[in-house]
Amino acid sequence: MSTAPNEQSRSRGKAPAGERVADWADGRLGIYSLAKANMRKIFPDHWSFMLGEVCMYSFIIIILTGVYLTLFFHPSMNEVEYHGSYVPMQGQLMSEAFNSTLHISFDVRGGLLIRQIHHWGAVVFLAGMFVHMMRVFFTGAFRKPREVNWLFGFLLFVLGMFTGFTGYSLPDDLLSGTGVRIAEGLVLSVPIVGTYISFFLFGGEFPGHDFVARFYSIHILLLPGIMLGLMVAHLILVFYHKHTQFAGPGKTEKNVVGMPLLPVYMAKAGGFFFLVFGVLAVLAAVAQINPIWAMGPYRPDQVSTGAQPDWYMGFSEGFVRVMPGWEINVAGHTLVLGVLIPLIVFGLMLVSIAVYPFIESWITGDKREHHILDRPRNAPTRTALGVAWLTFFAMAMVGGGNDLWATHFHLSVNSVTYFVRIFLFAGPVIAYIVTKRICLGLQRRDREKVLHGRETGIIKRLPHGEFIEVHEPLSQEQLHTLTAHEQYTPAEIGPTVDENGVERKVPASQKLRAKLSNAYYGEHAQIPKPRAEEYKEITSGHGHH
Amino acid sequence: MKKLSARRRHPLAAVVVLLLALAATGGLYAAFAPAGKAQADESSQSLTIKEGKKLYEVGCASCHGTGGQGSSDGPSLVGVGAAAVDFQVGTGRMPAATSQGAQVPRKKPTYTQAQIDQLAAYVASLGAGPSVPTKQQYGPDGADIAKGGELFRTNCAQCHNFTGKGGALTKGKFAPTLEGVAPKHIYEAMQTGPQNMPSFPDTTMSEKNKKDIIAYLNAVNGDKTENPGGLELGGLGPVSEGLFGWIFGLGTLIAVAVWVAARTAKAKKS
Repeated sequence: MSTAPNEQSRSRGKAPAGERVADWADGRLGIYSLAKANMRKIFPDHWSFMLGEVCMYSFIIIILTGVYLTLFFHPSMNEVEYHGSYVPMQGQLMSEAFNSTLHISFDVRGGLLIRQIHHWGAVVFLAGMFVHMMRVFFTGAFRKPREVNWLFGFLLFVLGMFTGFTGYSLPDDLLSGTGVRIAEGLVLSVPIVGTYISFFLFGGEFPGHDFVARFYSIHILLLPGIMLGLMVAHLILVFYHKHTQFAGPGKTEKNVVGMPLLPVYMAKAGGFFFLVFGVLAVLAAVAQINPIWAMGPYRPDQVSTGAQPDWYMGFSEGFVRVMPGWEINVAGHTLVLGVLIPLIVFGLMLVSIAVYPFIESWITGDKREHHILDRPRNAPTRTALGVAWLTFFAMAMVGGGNDLWATHFHLSVNSVTYFVRIFLFAGPVIAYIVTKRICLGLQRRDREKVLHGRETGIIKRLPHGEFIEVHEPLSQEQLHTLTAHEQYTPAEIGPTVDENGVERKVPASQKLRAKLSNAYYGEHAQIPKPRAEEYKEITSGHGHH
Repeated sequence: MKKLSARRRHPLAAVVVLLLALAATGGLYAAFAPAGKAQADESSQSLTIKEGKKLYEVGCASCHGTGGQGSSDGPSLVGVGAAAVDFQVGTGRMPAATSQGAQVPRKKPTYTQAQIDQLAAYVASLGAGPSVPTKQQYGPDGADIAKGGELFRTNCAQCHNFTGKGGALTKGKFAPTLEGVAPKHIYEAMQTGPQNMPSFPDTTMSEKNKKDIIAYLNAVNGDKTENPGGLELGGLGPVSEGLFGWIFGLGTLIAVAVWVAARTAKAKKS
């Protein structure tokens, strides 16, 4: 069907419409040079590199569904009487926010489905960011030049948490109202300024008449606006830095091996967007989330058992639940440590994520760029620290759901709480030690594999009766992949006396750094990777296989 | 009136007045006293009590004492009323196992309803207490579901969860789920306050309010309850939702990502 005009008619006649549009746009926007530079951008192929995409797409879906919801939601705390179609709420007094959410759920076409896609999208968005961050952390992708992008990602996660929390509070239902009440308690526990901040936030005594409208602006405008900007910046930096890749033959710190953005990744990413949308839609169609009609409107005199926040805030709930109710009196002022300490730990947990890349680069003193990813086992201390953090997080989550653990496993809620109190501290230590041992074990296995080949499972009997297992030497590619990582040597302070025998002053920070460096890269912290000479000696000489 | 007035100082006047007063009182009593029906059934009622006493002596006396006075193993049953017996035995909580945990759980009832009625009659005869409610008291007719919801959230949800899915109490005790509990038993539980539950006698929570609560529970946690949003996920709130989102939401998406990444453009590979 091709009716392409011949050379002559093209040069004389009009160019095709598409070309003219493109020319027009290029003359004004300069898209040709932009496209030339970026459309052939190479991206490596690995499923874990698509986790960020999951986040981006669910964010877009959340924005789209959120816009639909704003068309029907009334961010007002005026009291109204319910006269919608949900019978068990008939005639109940409630805020307009709750009323309009019921209206969206029962009387707006597609309202409940969109609401559920929005909420499931948020759950998956945060979960996706969490796993994406874990991928970046455990592969060391946060190292130079990507520290700033790590911070952008971290901010996206934290802002996502608070956007989620404010959104969850908007319907003004009994569950989220309880959550806001807890947040108010946390704010109140801040010494000196707590009460002022609380009055400022809620426009007076809790709950007041303002917080839904205020949370609404924060939820639909302020935080998503910042997040959108951060996400664009995040992506620009990914383009600018180019994507990281796992070690392998032909892959260096100076190249990226993969497929071009156009057409391969455009097709893949476009398709993936619809797959994400599809999965979220199915999730929302199949499973109910936040059934506010079952929870009822918020009233400060009511509360239900099993009141938990969405998962990403669960660890803060856990800290509050397992913390003993300590309270001290300082110069006539009450300091509610039982709430203040959880608030501080919550902040420290988050800050620790943000600062880690800078701490690690200070310890290694490495100023080079890294584009080849680490396998988690090859950075045992980092991996162990990450798993310890996750264990701490998981323990706090158990604490946050202590009542459900108790009822579903027929335990005493007190025992669950005491268990968490102990393992909040012991768990990360155990996890650290175990993870490190596993990493070292895997490193040893890699070393064995490189030097002695793969165990084939074939047992041979030699003429003199000895049984041996046949080891198959690895291919050149495999050998490269297993030995591509580099190993740091621990930083040293150097001699403490100079050549004249005069004692040299070593700053405490340097001593600390040397100690930490030794913990990271000392003898007990990594298995020396096989050297070429070792390999040659074993394979060329009188090998026993 | 003159005649009557003239004889008011007659020596027999006082006697006549007394007789009239007695007749009026007696007549009124006869007209309003509830005894009529009970008297007619007296023989069958006493038989029921007798049968109940026999059952009691076999199944209950070892802990609650031979006369229901209680022992170190079980509380006194004097004055708990028929409603308490109907609830405890009817939901299988009594007779309890010899070694019970923090709380006696609901199980299959050991006695038939007829036997439970006999036991209830016997225990009721030990001292006055709340009687078994009638269907009219706990039935759905004339109940205000929305009001029941409000009452439930104010008085019950802090232990039993928003829609009565149950929740944890201290040291292994728990507020059981109200799913599949007969309306009569819910009514009796409110009235008598079994185990760790506070009681809500009619003076605190009127009959009508109890009816409303039962109707609400039936609407939101009954056999015919519809979940407009799809799978209920246990009705436990964000914990089960988060778990579901991680496993089926992100889990599926990661599976999809693995699938997409595995299908790479192969045209130029050869």
